[in-house]
Amino acid sequence: MKNEMKKLLPLLALLSMTLYATSQNKKYIAIMEKNVAALDTTRDGLQLQNLANNFERIASAEKAEWLPSYYAAYCYTNMTYSTKGDQIDTYCDKADKFLNVADSISPKNSEIYTLKAQVASARISVNPMSRGQKYGPISGDLREKAIAYDKTNPRPYYLEGTSLFYTPPMFGGGKDKAKPVFQKALEMYETFKPESSIAPNWGKNSCNYFIKECDKK
Amino acid sequence: MCDNYNILQFMKRSLCLFALILLSFQGILAQTKVSGKILDQKKQPIPGVNVFIKDTYDGASTDPDGNFFFTAADTGDVIIVCSFIGFEQIERKVSLTSKDFTFNTTMKESLNELKVVTISAGTIEASDEKKTTVLKPLDIVTTAGAQGDIVGALKTLPGAQQVGESEGLFVRGGDGSETKTIIDGMVVNKPFFSSAPDIASRGRFSPFLFKGTVFSTGGYSAQYGQGMSSVLALETQDLPNQTSSTLAISSVSVGGGYNKLWKDKNMSAGFDLNYANLLPYFKLVKQTPEYTRAPQFSGGSLNFRKKTSATGMLKFYGYFNLSDLGIKTLSIDSINGFKNLFELNNSDIYTNLTYKERLGEKWLMNLGVSYSTNVDHIKTWNDSIRSQSDMSQGRMVFSRGIGKLSIIRFGGEYQYTFDEIKIDGAKYGFPYHIKNAIYDNYSSQFVEADIYITQKLVLRAGARGEHTTLEKKYVVSPRTSLAYKIGEKSQISFAYGQFYQKPDRAYLFYSKIPGYNKATHYIANIQRVDDYHTLRAEVYFKKYDNLTNLIDSTNSGFGYAQGLDVFWRDKKTIKGVDYWISYTYLETKRKYQNYPKEVTPPFAATHTASLVFKKFFEKLNLSTGFTYTYATGRPYYNPNNSEFMSDKTIDYHSLGINGAYLRQIKNCFAVLAFSVTNTIGNEQIFGYRYSYDGIRSAAVTPPAKRFFFVGLFLSFGQNRSKEVIDNNN
Repeated sequence: MKNEMKKLLPLLALLSMTLYATSQNKKYIAIMEKNVAALDTTRDGLQLQNLANNFERIASAEKAEWLPSYYAAYCYTNMTYSTKGDQIDTYCDKADKFLNVADSISPKNSEIYTLKAQVASARISVNPMSRGQKYGPISGDLREKAIAYDKTNPRPYYLEGTSLFYTPPMFGGGKDKAKPVFQKALEMYETFKPESSIAPNWGKNSCNYFIKECDKK
Repeated sequence: MCDNYNILQFMKRSLCLFALILLSFQGILAQTKVSGKILDQKKQPIPGVNVFIKDTYDGASTDPDGNFFFTAADTGDVIIVCSFIGFEQIERKVSLTSKDFTFNTTMKESLNELKVVTISAGTIEASDEKKTTVLKPLDIVTTAGAQGDIVGALKTLPGAQQVGESEGLFVRGGDGSETKTIIDGMVVNKPFFSSAPDIASRGRFSPFLFKGTVFSTGGYSAQYGQGMSSVLALETQDLPNQTSSTLAISSVSVGGGYNKLWKDKNMSAGFDLNYANLLPYFKLVKQTPEYTRAPQFSGGSLNFRKKTSATGMLKFYGYFNLSDLGIKTLSIDSINGFKNLFELNNSDIYTNLTYKERLGEKWLMNLGVSYSTNVDHIKTWNDSIRSQSDMSQGRMVFSRGIGKLSIIRFGGEYQYTFDEIKIDGAKYGFPYHIKNAIYDNYSSQFVEADIYITQKLVLRAGARGEHTTLEKKYVVSPRTSLAYKIGEKSQISFAYGQFYQKPDRAYLFYSKIPGYNKATHYIANIQRVDDYHTLRAEVYFKKYDNLTNLIDSTNSGFGYAQGLDVFWRDKKTIKGVDYWISYTYLETKRKYQNYPKEVTPPFAATHTASLVFKKFFEKLNLSTGFTYTYATGRPYYNPNNSEFMSDKTIDYHSLGINGAYLRQIKNCFAVLAFSVTNTIGNEQIFGYRYSYDGIRSAAVTPPAKRFFFVGLFLSFGQNRSKEVIDNNN
């Protein structure tokens, strides 16, 4: 009997850990679902900061998950759009820190590289004249990687569209150039299936919005 | 059977145990209410701080009053983390029992470049990396009237004089030789193209080579020496962002280049070649002097950059150029229309190899070597002159950070220079030959510390020791500055320093070599900088001692300069317009060279002002600008006036305009640029030359009233991401 027990103990330990993990996992999914849902309705600065804080705490508890760090970075990236100057860099630095953590947990992840590209684009807005030349290609390279890692992900294309939309025509951008890219992204959004209830699934509404903007003269 | 029963029993027991474990994991056993308030150092609440128990879900953000509240599942020893952007993270060990726990704390603002004082006295910087600089590198290229020349753009800043008859930066009463040009720490012996008498030449180096420019108008760091007035320190670009090729066609030149970035983005190499010939342009636009050979320049450069480690960088830059020109000017000593001849043939090589690496956490090492050689062949009717100037140089600098802000630097420099002049000439029909060569070994050591007493107060103290074998004398010059932040955006700054300089190369061939020249600077500066505005005002006093006196071949000359420099830049008030205004007041006198007494030298105007205006028309893809410069008349020597150097030229006016049309076509970025100097055609007189007998005189003027320039620049970037996306569409 003793022998049987010896054989069983590790099995049991495994079982208990799996069950524990599953329960933890349920808690993790539930909390994440709540916060990810809140992203859609949050625009206010302090609320976005609070959401970023929530994701930072989840990241601190769930060291094997890339999504909490990813979403914390997502919040900081969005915060750059309601500020200017030096503060943009501060938010970008913070977002990059989270993205590097996420990248180390889940390497070659298309979503993470899309967001990295978006952070690089956000840095251009600090001073487009002097920064465009440096961060434009950096952002482009990251976007290229994001596409290579997942050919079905519409977000790198959506990002390409926004970057063209905000680039003056003389630097190769403009509404006319942006529109077909947005349309391609929208097609991809139609078929895109997120991996889980908490996996990144943003951008479709904004994509529709931008297509309408492109038609405005 | 028996075994099976036992197993079942065991399983039951285990499951009970397991449930218990699970429950304890779920943390139903104990809970602690944690609340408190987070303040900044000024006792103001900070909203949005993330307060949480490390490695758990438990925590909350502070509300607009800085208050927070959450329930912690665990008890016992835990770490509370307070995290907020712009503040230093706090991690504190606390013991939680199930009783309510109060946690109040103050967070310290983290160090931010914008909040830390910097030494600004005497220094104007252009950089993309630093945030507090007055200019961006792009500003140098887009300043109208500068013709894409670094020095041309810097002349629109306060402290610099509008000297049109010879090249160089004439700063605060100093002559052109008192400004040293430095690339990546290494001195450039011949930063300007060789020139014909009374015609200023351009700088040799393109502004696109550099990512940072520090223009010091005085009181500069002990790292540099041998410039009594000023230092222009240029820092070359790091690795490029992408592989690219360039092509340029202009009214005076053609050129192209290729720069390859390796796939791992750790190495790049490139070259460029260019050829300029002013003959077609001179056919169209008449020049005052008669050119026997129109100026021609052919040259190029090589560069190599390698990231040797995460922190190490190796850079090589090599430059070569051949130039040629011939000019005939009416001799003022002749009454029958005799013309003087001046033909110049120049070859120049400059190379620079630098290596930068961190040594451990705190140390930074900078090593560099450079070699340059310059040969001028000058021909006049009677003389044939060959003049050579070589310089070899080695430099090493070590710096160590102390605490978060303070830094100590020390290092040394060694320069070997060889200067030779050979003249085969004839005077009154008799041939003569002169050959003279001078070697010098110059060595220097420096030590300097930037001590941050607080984030708002910094003291820089240093000293430089210098020795040359020509002089056989070791001199030590102290340098010190102090800067204090008086407001969030304002600071005051002071600087003091002594600066030695070898006598100009031209005097080294004299039988008795005069000793070191010396200047002492006292500077006070106040500056206010925000995202859109810069205001700087600086007063200074500069004392010159031991200037070269050619009358007795000693260094018994002396002089002084004092004045006020004001700079105002505004990028906001007028929409889409960026402009700056600089004003320079200068009062200076000196007795040097062959001056019989102390007078204001010909390169000093009392008042100088510039307005630089840049506007970008986004819809037209057009960037335009103008620069208007005014300076009061400068003294000149009139032999008919018994009062030495008491005549003055007319005031100087110049209005330069420029424009650039930009366009991106696929992966080609095109710029069509034009510029005109002295658009209105104001008469510009830089001085007068007199015949030996003083009867005839001729005004020194630019070779033509205006200079027109049109150029097309194409840059083909090989950004692969673009191709990938295009292919996918």
